[in-house]
Amino acid sequence: MNHVKEGKERITQAIGMGKKSIAMELMPNKKPEIGEIKLSIRKLNFYYGDKQALFENTLDIAAKRVTAFIGPSGCGKSTHIRTYNRMFELYKGFRADGEIIMDGINILTTAIPALHLRRRVGMIFQKPTPFPMSLFDNIAYGLKLHNAFGASEIEGRVEKALKDAALWDEVQGKLHHQGTALSGGQQQRLCIARALAVEPDVLLMDEPCSALDPIATAKIEELIEELKGKLTIVIVTHNMQQAARVSDFTAYMYMGKLMEFGATSTIFMNPVRKETEDYVTGRFG
Amino acid sequence: MNMKKRKIWGDVIFRGLTASFASGIAVIFIAIIVVLWHQSQPSIQKFGFSFLVSMSWNPVHEQFGALIPIAGTLLTTFLALLFAIPLSLGIALFLAELAPHWLRTPFGTAIELLAAIPSIVYGMWGLFVLGPLMADYVQPFLKATLGFLPIFSGSSMGIGMLTAGLVLTLMIIPFISSVTRDVFLMVPQPLKEAAYGLGCTTWEVVRDVMIPYGRKGIAGAVFLGMGRALGETMAVTFVIGNAYHLSWSLFAPGNSIASTLANEFTEADGQVYLSSLIELGLVLFLITLIILSLAQIWLRRSAAGRA
Repeated sequence: MNHVKEGKERITQAIGMGKKSIAMELMPNKKPEIGEIKLSIRKLNFYYGDKQALFENTLDIAAKRVTAFIGPSGCGKSTHIRTYNRMFELYKGFRADGEIIMDGINILTTAIPALHLRRRVGMIFQKPTPFPMSLFDNIAYGLKLHNAFGASEIEGRVEKALKDAALWDEVQGKLHHQGTALSGGQQQRLCIARALAVEPDVLLMDEPCSALDPIATAKIEELIEELKGKLTIVIVTHNMQQAARVSDFTAYMYMGKLMEFGATSTIFMNPVRKETEDYVTGRFG
Repeated sequence: MNMKKRKIWGDVIFRGLTASFASGIAVIFIAIIVVLWHQSQPSIQKFGFSFLVSMSWNPVHEQFGALIPIAGTLLTTFLALLFAIPLSLGIALFLAELAPHWLRTPFGTAIELLAAIPSIVYGMWGLFVLGPLMADYVQPFLKATLGFLPIFSGSSMGIGMLTAGLVLTLMIIPFISSVTRDVFLMVPQPLKEAAYGLGCTTWEVVRDVMIPYGRKGIAGAVFLGMGRALGETMAVTFVIGNAYHLSWSLFAPGNSIASTLANEFTEADGQVYLSSLIELGLVLFLITLIILSLAQIWLRRSAAGRA
């Protein structure tokens, strides 16, 4: 019996430490107000064919802030953010109902065509997805898709996007190289540059660092920090320290339900629900 | 320690075995060249380089030149690729991207089954079905609309270069389209989603992401079809017309290397005649080799240029 008690104590200690280490990640004075709302999600349901994957998700995404989605694998956080650009429409039988209001329009309806929506809501994936073309063309591609810019305008914007994505210094002078010739972290920043080039309002990041090493991860996190204030970022992450480090607001999801949503410091330090506390302290998940 | 006894020599033996299989291919390859070279010596000695550029093919006077069969082989193959590449890309895209799921497997299998039809069946179909259709409808139509072009002039006989090219098209489509479909299926889903996520239409995703991503595999599929078209014998023999003259018209009958061999091998009585046919075989072998090597070099160079 003694060793059971010992084990319990050790776990409690570890949890305390977990809480403490996350507390260290949290930025000081981080009690943000939501302020201006970019996306207003109301009673969002999602179905993979007959299987319901999201249940009545309701929350507001603050404009020009970082909102993180955390939760165990399969909880629906990726499914959730993939409704913001209607990516699910590519697959037969996938559907969403409810409302996602962006600038007064329900973006789940055809009131806004998917092509236009996706120009305004960019997306970064788990694995970097450079297109099979040169670095320059990777970024120029989206620009040309949506705009009728001249060559010099495109050049300028490509450079700006690469600078915004903190990649310019590393790739300057080899813009004609293939995108796939870069390292994983650089590829991911290339994809961010590509998304930024078309000047979206919202950037969705679906576990953008989970295929990257810690140094590359740190660079992406730095980048998120810099981008905040310029556009609205929604990030799905498995890494709770990352959520604590980069986000202003955090949503905890479980089994397709939005369990708790609030300021990141509140979610990590004083969550209302027991389940949230269990998850963020590592007791569960 | 109770260790399980394992045969550590297995890997060595297996490696030797597979190496011997692989080197067997090289041995056969070299042996074919040596035998063809040796057997065609009488013809090479008699005609020399002029064999390749002479248009005469006269068994009675034992004057042989390969220009017409070479031109026929290259032209029919070119026509087949010209028609088959876009069609196969379309089929592959439909199967990989656009077709409803329940249709993909049966439709894909049907395409692959086309490759299993014996080439003599294609030849007979070409002669009895496609040929008359060409003669009655397609060729008169082309002459009426585009007849001012020399390639669409001449009499509508049904059989000839164009018909041979079309039969070959049909025969190589299954190869090119099924390999290309597999190439398209290998494009990572996130890559496609990234393109859609940037606001691309399906067509833009296909043109700018899927085809460039799979270009190496697609090129491989095209080479496979080309190899088949270059060497196809029976089907072409039925529909090409087997005539030894060269014409600008695609309606005119001609000859290919493989169909010349099929038609005349049993009749070749003199030593020079037989040897000339074997030299034709050598030429076909070298043409295939040169085209495939050039294609490889081009592919590697263009890949390096982009890297």
